[in-house]
Parts: sequence; structure tokens; C-alpha cells
Amino acid sequence: MTFTFVRRFALAAVLLAAVAALSLAVGARPLGPPEVWRGLTDPGTDAYTVVHQMRLPRTLLGLVVGAALGLAGALMQSLTRNPLGDPGLLGINVGAAAAVVTGISFLGVTSFAGYVWLAFAGAGVVAVLLYGIGGGRGATPARLALAGAAVNAALYAYVSAVELLDTASLDRMRFWTVGSLAAAQTSTVQKVTPFVLVGVVLALALARPLNALAMGDDTARALGARPALVRGAGIVAVTLLCGAATAACGPIVFLGLMVPHLVRAVVGPDLRLLLPYSALAAPVLMLVADVLGRVVARPSEVQVGVLTVVLGGPFFLYFVRRRKAAAL
Amino acid sequence: MTAPASRLTASGLTLAYDRRVITRDLDVAVPDRSFTVVVGPNACGKSTLLRALARVLRPVAGTVMLDGERISSWPARKLARTLGLLPQSSVAPEGITVSDLVARGRYPHQGILRQWTREDARVVAESMRATGVEELASRGVDELSGGQRQRVWIAMALAQQTSLLLLDEPTTFLDIAHQIEVLDLCARLHAEGRTVVAVLHDLNQAARYATHLIAMRDGRIVAEGPPAEVVTAERVAEVFGLRCRVIDDPETGTPLVVPAAPSIPAASDVVKVT
Repeated sequence: MTFTFVRRFALAAVLLAAVAALSLAVGARPLGPPEVWRGLTDPGTDAYTVVHQMRLPRTLLGLVVGAALGLAGALMQSLTRNPLGDPGLLGINVGAAAAVVTGISFLGVTSFAGYVWLAFAGAGVVAVLLYGIGGGRGATPARLALAGAAVNAALYAYVSAVELLDTASLDRMRFWTVGSLAAAQTSTVQKVTPFVLVGVVLALALARPLNALAMGDDTARALGARPALVRGAGIVAVTLLCGAATAACGPIVFLGLMVPHLVRAVVGPDLRLLLPYSALAAPVLMLVADVLGRVVARPSEVQVGVLTVVLGGPFFLYFVRRRKAAAL
Repeated sequence: MTAPASRLTASGLTLAYDRRVITRDLDVAVPDRSFTVVVGPNACGKSTLLRALARVLRPVAGTVMLDGERISSWPARKLARTLGLLPQSSVAPEGITVSDLVARGRYPHQGILRQWTREDARVVAESMRATGVEELASRGVDELSGGQRQRVWIAMALAQQTSLLLLDEPTTFLDIAHQIEVLDLCARLHAEGRTVVAVLHDLNQAARYATHLIAMRDGRIVAEGPPAEVVTAERVAEVFGLRCRVIDDPETGTPLVVPAAPSIPAASDVVKVT
């Protein structure tokens, strides 16, 4: 079992490194492996400028945001005990988006430093609201999910309305609300990473109690876990991860739904494995989508948020069908 | 008259879901090392009582005491190492294997600094052996029969290594052979020195296995004591609204309830006993 663990972990790490290298190499000006190396290490070259100013921040942001979204999805599926739980399900992503859109359109906010606090505020308000509607004493996974779906729909309508009405900010928002890594800067990476790290640590610390919660609240209590506390901490972690990711590159959907399912099929339902592997696997998919987005529509680019859906959708459908067939 | 010693007692217990009061001002004591069975018609409050005794449900009024201390003041993990509960509502995570599920019973014995140990592995193996599921260890819980699955859940509760074990309707949805299999297992766990409390539907099974029987109706305890004293024709009529004869079980000598033939007029009041 330990051997399997080491092998899988190594495989995931190698895959991640390979995709990251690809993300450094592919673009409007393709770089070969020696050039990528020079671009990383030799300040005198053109490659250095390309790598350091554009591709490295973009790649790093993809890693950080991908990990955050994969982890947030796995957390949410576990918190709601709902296999269809995705970061969009509880309306937390779109809550963050609504706050950021409000900031762009009405408050003239233009920088990540402004986005990120708005995003946390938006995500946090939705989380607290959800706890009020679907949480508290009689909280059930179904009630929480239903409340999330309602909040999600209302806020999505708001985001669309603001976008349609405010033509001046539309362009900025249009890329942002689709989800893009193209505008990544080193400063964005530096600002988003601490929040994601805190979210990651909190999420991993919750793995064991979430395992207990997965068997029902009564069973969890009988085992000595505290469901309300765990759920509260889980919502804080999700808020941090989704808020930071959304502020950095807009609401990227589907990754958080798809990745935990794929990972679960390999490592099983134990959250002590599912959470870290989701955090490793999601950035792989995110970077693959981003790299393809740079290639498919040259000289222009397709946003990563579009490609995760375009690539992920059919694959996920195939996966769900195959699994259902296996279960029958 | 001296009452038997009780580690687990409740007094003045009022239990409610939201505002719907289920039981009011209930006093109960679980005799140590007994196999206590709680019986009563549907919705009489027996599962609610069990949940309160396990601190899964917080009482509106009254207290549950464990080892002389209010159960509400017990630290969560210490309580989970002393008293185990197998609720009705347990969900097996999709795709989990038998040994992984049983291993989750070790939760209260672990912590961030105390991860999986040899002792944990030993207890999990022993719990699976005690419940006869060790051959199923690497199977998925989804693939098992109802009876096997129930034994796996009991193994998980056993892995908690508690001296008190509370089981909420452990035989529901099982066919008769598997019901007996699970009850025999409970009896064996009791014989090994544990205090076992179970909520059961079947009065005859309760009378056969219990050392202490608690009969409830409408949130009240109507009678309690050894089955031979509690199970009488009048009591069954009072508790379940069922006309019957009570004879000696030819196998065990315990009371056996035989429902009256349907020609008897009161048959319209009959509450179904499964």
C-alpha cells in the first residue's frame, strides 16, 4: 500500500512537472527545451524575457488556482455529501464574482489587490447566508445544496445584468468572468498564493473529520467528531480557496466538479488521499487546457475557462456513463 | 429494594425535534453489563431516547449521566472511546472497502499527532474477526448483502473499543436469518462483558435476547424489567394495542407473543409488528 502511494504520488508529480514545462514552452513564440532552460536561468536572452514576464507567472498562477479549485471542489462534494457538488453549487464562486463585478463597475476597482478582498467578502457573505438558510440546527446536505443553487442563480443573474448594462467595463469583465490566465503577473501570483496556502493547510487538516462526517452526522458525532465545527471550518477553507482563485482569474467552472471524481476513481473515497491528489491533479488539467488554448486558435487565444468546459464536459460525460455501466 | 448499578442514566429527560416534543420528563437507567432492549410501536420515541443517551441529540430538559458526570460535559473523543452508537442513518461512502470502513471506527483513538498504529491495525482485524467479516476485508461495502453490511457497521462500532454499545434498530431491513445472525452477534458482544442497548421492532426477538426490557409508548416508559415480567398479554395490549396470548418459547423458555386470530373484534386496532 505504501508502495502504491509512493508510485502514485511520484506519477502525479512527474505529470505536473511535465505539464508545467509544456506551459513554459508553448505560446506565440514556441521554445525548445534548451531555450526553456535558458529562459529560466540566463537573464541575457530573449527567452528569459518571454519566460519570466509571461509564461512563468501564467504557469505558476495555473498551478496555484488549479490546486485551489480542485481542492475546493473535493471539499464541497464532501461537505454537502453531494457527488454533484462543485464550487459553483453553493454559489460561493459566483458570490465572489458578483462582488468583483460590482467593484469593477461601480467602484472603479482595477487591481488584483482590490479584487481579492471583494472576492473574499462576496464568497464570505454567500457562505454565511447559506449557513443561515440551509445550515444551523436542522441542516441537511440537501437543504444546503438547495439554498446554494438558489443563491447561485440569483447572483449569476446579477453578474450578467451588470455585464450587459456597463458597456465601458465590459471588455475587462468579459475576459475575467470567463476565466483566464492570460493576464497573469508575478505580483498576482505572489498575492494569491498565501491565501491559497492557508486554505490548503486548513483543508488538509479537515481530511480526517470529514471522513467521519461522510458517514452521516450521527455516526460522526458517535465517533467524536463535531459536525457543525467541521462544516464551519470547511466553509472557511472553501471561501479562501474559491475567493482567491476567482479574484485571480475569474470564475473557472467545472474543474472542481470533474477532478475529484476522476481522482476518487483511482484513490477511493478516503479524503486523506482524495484532497491532496485533487490538489495535484486539478492544476494538470488546468495547464493542459491553458496550453491548448494558446494553440487551437492562433494567433488569438481561447480562455482557459472555456477550454476546461469544452474538454472536460465530454470527458466527464463519458466517465459518468462508463462508471454507471460498471455499477449496473 | 436496591436498583442495579448503572453507568448510564437519564433523569427528567424531555426530548424534541424542533418544537415537536417526543418524550417528556423521562427517567431511565441502563443496568451495567445488561443487554437492554427498548421496544415499542413506531414513533414511540425509542430511537430518540437512544440518540439522547449517546449525546447525538441534545435534550430540551433533563440530563443524561455517564459514570457520574453529565454526558454533555464529556470531551467528544473521550466519550467516543467509552460509548459507541450505531445509528440508523449511517451512510457508507461510495466505493469504500470493508476494512477502510471498519478502520474509521478508530477515529477517537487517533489525532493529528497520533496517526495509524499497529494497535489500530490489530483492533480493526480483531473487530472484523469478531463480526465474521474478515474474508470480506478488501471487498467494497456497496457489493455486500444487507446482513453482511450490518455486520461491517457493527465491526466499525467495535473498533471504537467502547464498553457501552448502543444500536438503533440493527435488524431493520434484514431477512429473518440475518436478523438472528445480527442478534446472536449482539448477544455474544454482551456476553464478552459489554453493556449493550438496542432498539428493536420485534417483541419476540426482544424477549428472547434482552436481559432487561424497556417498553415505551407515546414517549413514556410503560414497563421495564426482565422480559419474563414485562411481556404479558395485558402489557402487549397496552403498549402495542395488540390482542395476543403469551406462551413460553419452546426453544428458550422466554415469553413468546402469539397474536390473536383475526376474528377477534379488536383486530381493527392492530398495530403491525414486524
